[in-house]
Amino acid sequence: MTSRSIPSAAVGGWRRPVTQGFTLTAVAWLWLFAYQLNRPWWDLVVYDWLGLDEGSRLGSGVHFFLYDSVKILLLLTGIIFVVTIARSYLSLERTRSLLGGRREGVANLAAAGLGVATPFCSCSAVPAFIGFVAAGVPLGVTLSFLIASPLINEVAVVLLYGMFGARIAVLYVASGLVIATVAGYILGRVSPSRWVEDFVYRTTLRGAAVMPGQQLTWSDRVIMGREEVATILRKVWPYLIVGIGLGAVIHGWAPADFFTAVAGPDNPFGPLVAVAIGVPLYSNAAGILPLVEVLYAKGMAIGTVLAFMMSVVALSLPELILLRRVLKPPLLAAFVGVVATGIVATGYLFNAIL
Amino acid sequence: MMFIKILGPGCVNCHTLEQLTRDALADLHLTAEISSVTDYPTIVAYGVMTTPALVVDDRVVLAGRIPTAAQLRDLLTTAAD
Repeated sequence: MTSRSIPSAAVGGWRRPVTQGFTLTAVAWLWLFAYQLNRPWWDLVVYDWLGLDEGSRLGSGVHFFLYDSVKILLLLTGIIFVVTIARSYLSLERTRSLLGGRREGVANLAAAGLGVATPFCSCSAVPAFIGFVAAGVPLGVTLSFLIASPLINEVAVVLLYGMFGARIAVLYVASGLVIATVAGYILGRVSPSRWVEDFVYRTTLRGAAVMPGQQLTWSDRVIMGREEVATILRKVWPYLIVGIGLGAVIHGWAPADFFTAVAGPDNPFGPLVAVAIGVPLYSNAAGILPLVEVLYAKGMAIGTVLAFMMSVVALSLPELILLRRVLKPPLLAAFVGVVATGIVATGYLFNAIL
Repeated sequence: MMFIKILGPGCVNCHTLEQLTRDALADLHLTAEISSVTDYPTIVAYGVMTTPALVVDDRVVLAGRIPTAAQLRDLLTTAAD
């Protein structure tokens, strides 16, 4: 890459990072303040000013909608900003060179981990797949990467932490890593190359891979973080509103043990049914989490809830259609089958141990 | 005369990048032949895995994001020298 450092950062000299540092600190404090004030504020507005009864369906539903919308927006803004900056130190190209020429097994785990840490959008799934395979990364390892990337969603991790606490968030990450590692390893064992479209292997790489992360300055990273927050919020807000709205309705109107009978800890088919419903559904973590919180509050077993969430975010029709460009139907089917099985197993495991 | 290629499978971002490039060229009073590369094998052959990407005279100068107008002008000026 021949570009010079990007001018916006160079022009301001040392003053710009310093002002930026002050602004960032101020914004961080403001964020903390708003987050702490969220519940008392809506308590005041909904129960005192609007005079709604805290115990009533309407009152608790409205309060839930307002409080949760603000909480999730704040969490999302903060998390995406921090994660984008952290991730800007890694790139798909660097990840590929880290994975190239490694033996399967450990490499699957590494690929799953890097799948979480690398900035990646499923719109790049196809060029990434070809790029990895053409550079000599084994197929199973490449698939571990492609499974982990949407499955362990940074937004989901932090929202889970915010709603259910650290234990559930850690379990989610750990099980996601295990699923991606094992699924990629299994798919790598069935000689999958016969089910990859031929043109992938005819692709040759000319010259050095581009390393877009190398010449970024701190200011660039901050700007990227801000832009990413704007992009993601623009993309997810409809899902978020529908998710929280649905959550509010269930929160206010469904009886407390509504799901206990159909999907409680005693239902042996819970996770299986949850995944069967979740796979064709497509939403993103931000939209599904408010719903997940309510389903759990109304008595659905935690493993069943998590399995549902994972199947919604990890396997989506748009991504499968993209992957069909490089994977032939048998491998695509195996991909869906192995990942779905892993998620169902996780659901049962969580139902059993929690 | 520069030869510019916009790499990307025809996504919204690729069209945005193409339009920005045309604008930047007009601002700089440069002429260039712009073409789009949409097939994956060719895109990946440039070493690019994140689209959209900008190729000037067969060199990748930008990949994976949409630059600001100022960044783009700077990239094109550098490439034109």
